[in-house]
Amino acid sequence: MTSGYAIVAVVVVALGTILVGAYGLRVSRTTSDFYVASRTVSPWWNASAIGGEYLSAASFVGIAGLIFAYGPDMLWFPVGYTAGYLVLLTMVAAPLRRSGAYTLPDFAEARFRSRGVRAVASILALAIGWLYLLPQLEGAGLTLNTVTGAPDWVGALIVTAVVTANVMSGGMRSITFVQAFQYWLKLTAITVPIAFLIVAWQVHGAESLTRPEYPVFRQDTEVSFQRPTTIHADAFISIKGTGEIDGARVTDTVVVLPEGYHRIGAGSEFTFPKDAPVPHLSTMEHNTNEMWSLPMSSGQEFPLYGAYSLIIATFLGTMGLPHVIVRFYTNPNGTAARRTTLIVLGLLSVFYLMPPMYGALGRLYTPELLMTGQTDAVVLVLPTRMIEGIGGQLLGALVAGGAFAAFLSTSSGLVVSLAGVLSQDVLRLGGVRGFRISTVLAGLVPLAMTFVATGMPVADMVGLAFAVAASSLCPLLMLGIWSTRTTTVGAIAGMLAGGVPALTAGLVTMFTDAGNAWYQILLSRPAAWTVPLGFGVMYVVSLLTQRHTPPGVPQTMVKLHAPENLGLDGSGNSQADERS
Amino acid sequence: MTTPPPPRPDPKPSQRVVVTSPRTRAPRARRPYSGTREINEQSELGAVYMRTLIRAQRRLGLSVCLVACGALGLLPLLFAIEPELGKFRILGLGLPWFLLCVATCPMLLLAGWFYVRQAERSEREFAELVERP
Repeated sequence: MTSGYAIVAVVVVALGTILVGAYGLRVSRTTSDFYVASRTVSPWWNASAIGGEYLSAASFVGIAGLIFAYGPDMLWFPVGYTAGYLVLLTMVAAPLRRSGAYTLPDFAEARFRSRGVRAVASILALAIGWLYLLPQLEGAGLTLNTVTGAPDWVGALIVTAVVTANVMSGGMRSITFVQAFQYWLKLTAITVPIAFLIVAWQVHGAESLTRPEYPVFRQDTEVSFQRPTTIHADAFISIKGTGEIDGARVTDTVVVLPEGYHRIGAGSEFTFPKDAPVPHLSTMEHNTNEMWSLPMSSGQEFPLYGAYSLIIATFLGTMGLPHVIVRFYTNPNGTAARRTTLIVLGLLSVFYLMPPMYGALGRLYTPELLMTGQTDAVVLVLPTRMIEGIGGQLLGALVAGGAFAAFLSTSSGLVVSLAGVLSQDVLRLGGVRGFRISTVLAGLVPLAMTFVATGMPVADMVGLAFAVAASSLCPLLMLGIWSTRTTTVGAIAGMLAGGVPALTAGLVTMFTDAGNAWYQILLSRPAAWTVPLGFGVMYVVSLLTQRHTPPGVPQTMVKLHAPENLGLDGSGNSQADERS
Repeated sequence: MTTPPPPRPDPKPSQRVVVTSPRTRAPRARRPYSGTREINEQSELGAVYMRTLIRAQRRLGLSVCLVACGALGLLPLLFAIEPELGKFRILGLGLPWFLLCVATCPMLLLAGWFYVRQAERSEREFAELVERP
């Protein structure tokens, strides 16, 4: 669906981001200016900024794609991404703000007064950030590929270049306003098109989305295959075009595919006839639209385990994401932090109403994506497919621009937090130069990773980042905040015991193909066993090493939990200065 | 008519005298051993104050979390035990779609709002407790 308007939209978003970055450089604020100014940011601005940074490639294109392919089991992604903020609100929002920590390693050091805990937390934050950046880049590649036909790596390269240049120049990040604007931009970019699409669906006769039939082509559809694909045809189907089928090269001829499996080579382009049943990807469950709409229809093994693992990862993982934590510092106090989180909950709820609708309409209008496996493209393809002419193209451009904004804003937030961690804790390079070197490194590593990743759905990849966060940094935050008995040794042991297996499982799923082995689900959805491991080890080891309780725990607890305006600091000095 | 009615307090509001503590407007006079000082000097009593606050907040947070997330967490089990539930329809949507897309948001918001209200209340009570002279 090459479309001039969509290219323009992507270019405008990319240029706009660079311009704002350059402008941000001119009004660039020092760190302390930023901190002081932060005290005047209202919860609404802050919440919009968190939403803008949080809604990533996974939210914008990934969720719709997964729901489109696998049905309501995947609704746990949006529910989990939202409910994570309820857990964040009830368990960490206010204490985290009161700790005065700017990043998670800062919190670790403030609570445990130990460089060791800080180092482990830094490395984990870095790993989570990179795992999270990877799907952003893949999503960008996919968007650009869908819009312009450019190879996958072009989009990833553009996002990395824009974000790195931007962060290095010091812009973008320090401005809450820009991130807040991003939320409203993304909400518009996903809401306006779906409103028109629903009207179009009604005009087309409001065909049932859950008929007991397999998806069929609604029109003669030209399909291009990006990678070698094995499809299964349920009945013979005659297709026309150029490419490679079952090892034989054809050029602009009609080929009749008999029933059964067929291997189509990369770069093939075929036109499938109207009303023919859509052949399906061999690795994907073949469902009628009615079966698709029922739970447990995704064809995964152990669906119940998968669902619970996903729930645990997303509910508990949100609090451990490096770019989300940073935003809490801009709240003036703990009470405002809570209110901000509550508003975030509302903003996300509104946004996540939209992707499932794209997924459901996709079953009717873009079934060929079930055959090519590019299910993540459903949001991008639908507008031009459903609405003829310039209207559809403009809506398609809006969606593409919004998607690109999603990749850019999330990646910027991540690269800034990662560069901070890298320069402070890993490379130990201070100053602007150190930060710039770290920024390049923070962007290059995930870019290199995109070349070796196996191309799993972006929302699944983000799910893995959540799983690592939930099994390592979540126990650190929860037990660190709510238990006075957590010790330095316990914290380190717990983070490693939960984080290392989760990370290993994630990397194995991303970079190798475990196929259909029984343990595959344990690796692709590790949270259900790594989270209890992390919590359990942290608690038990803490109880066993009570002699190593960090110094000053009572003072830290006063700082974390007492309202700011009481002038309490547990420091032994009753003339504590008021801090509000 | 000549006999006066028995004396009794006049219920008319206009006759009432408003009695408020002048201290609410005046600067607080801190006595030497307010709760604030107990906490800052890390006395036993201060530790008890803090422990009470932390326990109250922890109990509140955990219960809101467990009720909201527990209710959501039951759904996969429910759909696995009784697959027929998935075919049930509400407002034209399949039950799982209705519950996860439509019903969750207000539920989470309500839980969050309740939590914020209660947490702020318990912080206010804590403030009153430690600032009481």
